[in-house]
Amino acid sequence: MKLPLSYIARNLLTRKLTTALTAGGMALVVFVFATVLMLEEGLRKTLVQTGTWDNAVIIRRSSGTEVQSVIDRNQAAVIVTAPEVAYGADGEPMASKEIVVLINLEKRGSAKPANVVIRGVGAKGLALRPQVKLVDGRMFRPGSSEIVAGRAIAERFSRAGLGEALRFAGREWTVVGLFDAGGSGFDSEIWGDGDQMMQAFRRNVYSDVIVKLVSTDRFPAFRDGVESDPRLTVEAKRETVFYAEQSELLANFIRILGLTLSVIFSFGAVIGAMITMYAAVANRTAEIGTLRALGFRRRSILAAFLLESLFLSLLGGAIGLVLASFMQFVSVSTMNWQSFSEIAFRFSLTPRIALQSLAFAAIMGLLGGVLPAARAARLKIVDALRAA
Amino acid sequence: MESVKLAIRNALRHRLRTGLTVLGLIVAILAFGLLQTVVDAWYAGAESASNTRLITRNAISLVFPLPITYRDKIRRVPGVTAVSLANWFGGVYISEKNFFPQFAVDPTTYFKLYPEYLVPEEQMKSFLRDRKGAIVGRKLADAYGFKVGDVVPLRGTIYPGTWSFVVRGIYDGAEKGTDTSQFFFHWDYLNETVKRTAPRRADNTGICIVQIAAPELAAEVAGDIDREFKNSLAETLTETEKAFQLGFVAMTEALVIAIRIVSFLVIFIILAVMANTMAMTARERTSEYATLKALGFGPGFLSRLIFGESLAIALAGGMAGIALTFPVADAFAQRMGTLFPVFNVSRETIWMQMVAALVVGCAAAIVPAVRASRVRIAEGLRAIG
Repeated sequence: MKLPLSYIARNLLTRKLTTALTAGGMALVVFVFATVLMLEEGLRKTLVQTGTWDNAVIIRRSSGTEVQSVIDRNQAAVIVTAPEVAYGADGEPMASKEIVVLINLEKRGSAKPANVVIRGVGAKGLALRPQVKLVDGRMFRPGSSEIVAGRAIAERFSRAGLGEALRFAGREWTVVGLFDAGGSGFDSEIWGDGDQMMQAFRRNVYSDVIVKLVSTDRFPAFRDGVESDPRLTVEAKRETVFYAEQSELLANFIRILGLTLSVIFSFGAVIGAMITMYAAVANRTAEIGTLRALGFRRRSILAAFLLESLFLSLLGGAIGLVLASFMQFVSVSTMNWQSFSEIAFRFSLTPRIALQSLAFAAIMGLLGGVLPAARAARLKIVDALRAA
Repeated sequence: MESVKLAIRNALRHRLRTGLTVLGLIVAILAFGLLQTVVDAWYAGAESASNTRLITRNAISLVFPLPITYRDKIRRVPGVTAVSLANWFGGVYISEKNFFPQFAVDPTTYFKLYPEYLVPEEQMKSFLRDRKGAIVGRKLADAYGFKVGDVVPLRGTIYPGTWSFVVRGIYDGAEKGTDTSQFFFHWDYLNETVKRTAPRRADNTGICIVQIAAPELAAEVAGDIDREFKNSLAETLTETEKAFQLGFVAMTEALVIAIRIVSFLVIFIILAVMANTMAMTARERTSEYATLKALGFGPGFLSRLIFGESLAIALAGGMAGIALTFPVADAFAQRMGTLFPVFNVSRETIWMQMVAALVVGCAAAIVPAVRASRVRIAEGLRAIG
């Protein structure tokens, strides 16, 4: 025979302060656990969305990032003639030879410096990234010192808003438009005309080449083609893979730090649950004896106390999750160590993370409840009744 | 005195509960201390910066170099006593996981500007003689087992190709906060190779390190240097070494803030646990408190009793947590290798841990103490756990 759930729930209600404190501790731990997963997910989403699956990025071999990569004009010309590269309606290859550099900008308000990506794109640069859409102003005119800024940049950095002008490489660059890149990494970039940038920065080499492939399954052939071409010293990656790899270090750091902390903190919460449940058992010894005398099995007692602990932790977990869901309105920006540049991303809550957090809470509850519940179940009827 | 004894006795009545609470406190105080130390490690570079050193870099960003000719021009600026240069190399030792900073430096001037890097004289001499020589920090040498005479191959990410260096010396830090996880080699070696492979990139340096006669001159000299190169192809930005290092910290500030917030969350978690323990204890003893009141003890005595018990538990946990912080921080630093070049538990951290334990102890006792002092004798005597 099982003990009714209402009995278990009412036990929690009787000791409101204790229940609130224990669940509160749990809620904080679940909050930390959930926000870490949300942060990592947000970072992953941002960088995966940055790429397009049938685009390929070509950088100099073993340079790792766009900024460190160097591809000279001859090599770039060879790359865009590869047979796997798609052609646009105008008969030109769907390729953008780009120059990517970092400039130091100051944040609005705090004047703290950060490295921002400046991307000089070719004529097809925008067509290659369908997720990038102009939301305000107009596109830069080729051959002019005009730039368009990602929304995350315009909001955060001084002099990067629409109509303002940035000074770098000995020129004034007017921001004539703002673009939205659908929460991808391009939101943290500033775009301008590639040839103008090359002149201003006095470089005669590109950073990388982006091409659209005729079909997505031709990527292996394209990669083998350019990587084995003796005229080229490059490596090719799918755009999505390339950007996902750029965030590996940061994502790993967030995950390892966050999970380590969650485990340490959960220790405290488990202890809290254990103290509460031990006290519950001690206070109700006579009650347990009575229940046993009425015919309830040891099993039922064990289950009742375990369930009580589980309820307690799920209550805490739910509160923690609700708190964490508010974090979705917050966006974070930090430097990505690998690319040495600023990146903005949001906390992102997925159903999977919600489930993981509740499961984490449930495990904490069970761990905290198992010993006290076992003690309750082991009580002898006579001793327990005498305790009153 | 009697009340102190009674408080401690009270704490020991429920050994299991007290034990668990103390355990929770130890973990929380320990975690708090470690997180504070991680935050400190972030600022270690700025902390150890000298106030007579300025850093000149390209105004656009660190990615852009400065022409080597700037070194001599900077040296002529009044107030400047010495100039050296350093260039980030960004090589990979075997795999990306083994990260440590490598700099191509001007060997004769660099170590004069950084007297906190202590190199034995013999090793310094053999380093200067060997163009492919390198000086590595003690921590780095320990982490990868580098010994004098070892050949270290690095795969260049910025400068293509595989480069090999011979370890000619190992430097120690003059202070505890000195970064000994760096790798230095001859700038000439880098430059000569680049001249052959990519002539346009040759004769450049990443940054110039400028020594000034007195710290008060910093602003003036920095302004003079930047004016010198105004409207040139490579405009400069000169700042104190500290500001330069803080610039790096600011870029990852979001992470630092997150760690800070989390380190205070752990205190709240343990506060909830501790407050729960005290609330339960006081609740169980309601009839006892009523008895004490009936005997003539006032609410002040009861509060002292409860606060005393709470503080005793908090201090026991806090002290043990602080004591454990040192060995755990050492073990953590060992595991992390060169990721955190400097990882020392500071005195402020210890103070903060103590304050945190005290605050938790006091805060946990407030509600139970108020309840106990308000309890009416007749009601209290009737109460059951």
